[in-house]
Amino acid sequence: MHEMSLTEGVVEIVREEARKQGFSRVKTVWLEIGALSAVDPSAMEFCFDAATRGTLAEGARLEIVCTPGQGWCLDCEKTVPLEERFGACPECGRSHVQMTGGDEMRVRELEVE
Amino acid sequence: MCTVCGCGTATHEGDKRPGEAANEAKAPKEATAHSHSHSHAHGDHHHHDHDHDHAHDHDHDQAHAHATAAQNLDFGAGLAGVHVPGLSQERIVRIERDILSKNRSYAEQNRALFAQKGVLALNFVSSPGSGKTSLLVRAIEDLKSRHAIAVIEGDQQTSNDAERIRATGVKAIQVNTGKGCHLDAHMVGHALETLDLPDNALMFIENVGNLVCPAAFDLGEAHKVVLLSTTEGEDKPAKYPDMFAAADLMLLNKSDLLPHLDFNVGECIGHALRVNPHLQTLVVSAKTGEGLAAFYAWVETRAALARQKAAKNKAG
Repeated sequence: MHEMSLTEGVVEIVREEARKQGFSRVKTVWLEIGALSAVDPSAMEFCFDAATRGTLAEGARLEIVCTPGQGWCLDCEKTVPLEERFGACPECGRSHVQMTGGDEMRVRELEVE
Repeated sequence: MCTVCGCGTATHEGDKRPGEAANEAKAPKEATAHSHSHSHAHGDHHHHDHDHDHAHDHDHDQAHAHATAAQNLDFGAGLAGVHVPGLSQERIVRIERDILSKNRSYAEQNRALFAQKGVLALNFVSSPGSGKTSLLVRAIEDLKSRHAIAVIEGDQQTSNDAERIRATGVKAIQVNTGKGCHLDAHMVGHALETLDLPDNALMFIENVGNLVCPAAFDLGEAHKVVLLSTTEGEDKPAKYPDMFAAADLMLLNKSDLLPHLDFNVGECIGHALRVNPHLQTLVVSAKTGEGLAAFYAWVETRAALARQKAAKNKAG
């Protein structure tokens, strides 16, 4: 359940941005979570309510944008979709694929007032 | 305020003053929480260097719904007047910040401290029961005549492991993560304050027994060392790839039990190398000492490099 600490990280980022940018309430939080990241989006949603309680993001809506996994196949010499982090290339079946995208864990945007 | 993970309630048990250390660990968290809530209430932190980020591309999304909120424009003065008249107080701010950036900045502070002191820091990770503590106790006994050694022990509860380490005569700080499933760089930073790390020491960090969560959290260590024991499945690297991808060295522990088990060492290392082609692997036994000479050589060459680098920086 490291999603709880990650969610706390989100709240911490929101707090810092509130201080920097002078907003006092957050209505929506958009996260970008890669399909190959170490995060279970549903666990994060579960933690979000608890982590935001008593903060400026209390009651905020959490929107998780999932980004697909992507890798560079050394044999096919091109970018291929990647189902799992260390998965095989869907075209040639060999596992010489280096992950190039899909491990993001980012706070993308906030709707604030 | 962490209810599940327990980050906020982590306690650091210093070997001399356990109570005080625990208080120290909590106080800064609370302090920052207060300062935040006040500062945005007054709206007095308007940093110009961020204004442009959110000015252009997103404001218009929200402008329509609350066009009547023009009288509230003062509220949005935090954006330093970049709003067009009539714009709503509600807005979208673009952040694009990595969720782990906070942990990473703490980790970099720890890393800088290690570098400055010429310390080699290793983060030991494994499932519970793979033999991390036994391996550390043995390694400390064998290395303590040649190196200063300090240990940070992570567990959810109890200071049993730190006591086992202290019995070897080296300094050990127990960090209890409460319900947390991993150490984070902030906890380690606090432990380091209590530890008073000697120059050129070996810093062994024993993470919470968990093959999943600690993979994502950089503590500032030079290397993650993952332990796997022969009593576990040889396909564990395939089942829990993140940890084996994050590690630089795998120790296959409890080799003394191999004659009694159906464990296929080659297959296990094969799984690990598929996940991480750069992983180095050693077969060891903390009980009989098999393979430990190779592990010590691995540690000591890296310790020498860390020491050399720090000395060079001091001279230059």
